[in-house]
Amino acid sequence: MTKPRLTTLAIIVAALAVIPFAGLSGALLNLMILMMIIALAAQGWNILGGYAGLSSFGHAAFFGAGAYAMAVLQTRFGVNAWIALVIGIALGALVGAFIGFLSFRSGLKGSYFALITLAFAEVARIIANSWNFTGGAAGILIKLQTGLPYLQFSDRRYFLLITIGFVAIGLVVSWWLEHSRFGAYLVALRENEQAAQALGVDVFAVKMKAIAISGALTTAAGCLYAQNYLFIDANVAFGSWISIEALFAAIVGGSGTVLGPLIGAIVLLSLGELTKGVSHGIPGMDLMVFGVILVLSVAFSPNGLVMLMKSLGLRAPSKAKEA
Amino acid sequence: MYSPQIVVEALLNGLMLGAIYALIALGLTLIYGVLHIVNFAHGALLTVAMFMVWLACARFGLDPYLAILFVAPAMFALGYALQRFIIGPASHGKDNGILLVTLGLSIIIENALLAAFQSDTRTITTDYSFRVVELGPLLLSFPRVVGFGVTIATTLLLWLVLHQTDIGKAIRAVAKEKLGASLVGISVPHVYAMTFAIGCACLAVAAGLLMPSFYVSPKTGAAFVLVAFTIVVLGGMGSIPGALIGGLLIGVVEAASSLFLGDSLGQIGIFLIFIVTLLVRPTGLFGARA
Repeated sequence: MTKPRLTTLAIIVAALAVIPFAGLSGALLNLMILMMIIALAAQGWNILGGYAGLSSFGHAAFFGAGAYAMAVLQTRFGVNAWIALVIGIALGALVGAFIGFLSFRSGLKGSYFALITLAFAEVARIIANSWNFTGGAAGILIKLQTGLPYLQFSDRRYFLLITIGFVAIGLVVSWWLEHSRFGAYLVALRENEQAAQALGVDVFAVKMKAIAISGALTTAAGCLYAQNYLFIDANVAFGSWISIEALFAAIVGGSGTVLGPLIGAIVLLSLGELTKGVSHGIPGMDLMVFGVILVLSVAFSPNGLVMLMKSLGLRAPSKAKEA
Repeated sequence: MYSPQIVVEALLNGLMLGAIYALIALGLTLIYGVLHIVNFAHGALLTVAMFMVWLACARFGLDPYLAILFVAPAMFALGYALQRFIIGPASHGKDNGILLVTLGLSIIIENALLAAFQSDTRTITTDYSFRVVELGPLLLSFPRVVGFGVTIATTLLLWLVLHQTDIGKAIRAVAKEKLGASLVGISVPHVYAMTFAIGCACLAVAAGLLMPSFYVSPKTGAAFVLVAFTIVVLGGMGSIPGALIGGLLIGVVEAASSLFLGDSLGQIGIFLIFIVTLLVRPTGLFGARA
């Protein structure tokens, strides 16, 4: 596996940061904001599902925690948006530690881990949907107040820049994983947990750290989502769509790679938008395309688009030499 | 507050609904026992079967119970084809691959149904949909009594198939020792596909039993599948008696929590059982230690 250099990441982030000012239409800006939010959620998923090999089917638990933290703290307690963002992310790490503590102590892996994360997200959805504190089934509206202190902008480009900033943090965290001892531990326990344990890796502690980081990143995506749309309800925040999109983006792009989740989110959402346009709004067509892409990518490119591109790139010169 | 008669009636009706849950879980646990993987497409396939039953009744005027005779072979064929030509080849035999391919399939199926049928809910009304059976002082829903009886019969039939037929013996052999089974000449891909097919046929029976008293929409299966996962985990993944007893138990729990907590919070009881079982005894009540 080749690891991208920090300079490569800097160039990618710089290129992304230029896009908002390239004269995009409002609809395209909105699409890019959503792409960045999904990319961030997928980067969070990737820490746990990609590097540590613990496929969660319930990352909506984190996304929803972020969205509700943002909405509840601002509307009920009058907390400043930026502070709510920080508290939300910390809460995400805690939720991760909670789910992780229970699941890893029981040694859950594979399907069992996928199922229990799904169940946690569903419990959260049912509670948020029926509790007055979280607005019940009606959801919560965040007051429209533009300006930097409120983390709301009348010019959509600034919010896009902020989401790109968070994606950049996600890239750096993933880059650090690929270069640190901690990241090596994660990959070791993904490949062979017993061997990793035999070599003296504290498997439980490593998993706990991974789920806390993973939770924090995906929670940040939920916070940004709430602040962007200024409305959330239980089915949006804790619904299975976000668990699925985070997982799809990471796997289609390349799970366990730095750039995979970002590329996956861009490719998936572009295709989804294209499908919506072509199918003239037949419901479900875009998600159907996602499903087909997931099946095809597991079948033909199990390591994701990143690896597919790399292997194509590496094969071309060697063929040239043979000729 | 609640008269004993209402409570007993609710619990008995829950028990009988639980039998249909058990039937759904039966296919799931069988597939888990052989392929060692959770089939995430199970709920979506249940929805497909329910739409087939609905079509048979709405278009061709068939009785839903009679429709089972046509839908079960169709689902059997569909299940066989899915495993043989899509899930097997696409997953390269890797556990994580199967998990993701079945998840992808469930999303494809659910949204294809959404595109074809929109999100409307559809029902079938038969003259016995609301009929009740009197059992002494107790009133029981007729469709649920039928569901209970047919589930018990189907479970016995499945048990016989697994223990008395060649394919049943092959399925059990592959479940126990895949490599050994293939060494004595059993075709593992064929057995996998047959297992999947039988699981889907069970769904067809469940769909026929559900339709007279239930509705179908593209998302219906999603609601059932989480219940089915709970049953399979509770009963012990791969255990057929576990699925039956787990299903009956969950039906009773759901009836009790709906009666005392209301419908919206009632479901939470199931998830809590699910989480606690996974944490405390992931092998379930009847599962062998992994």
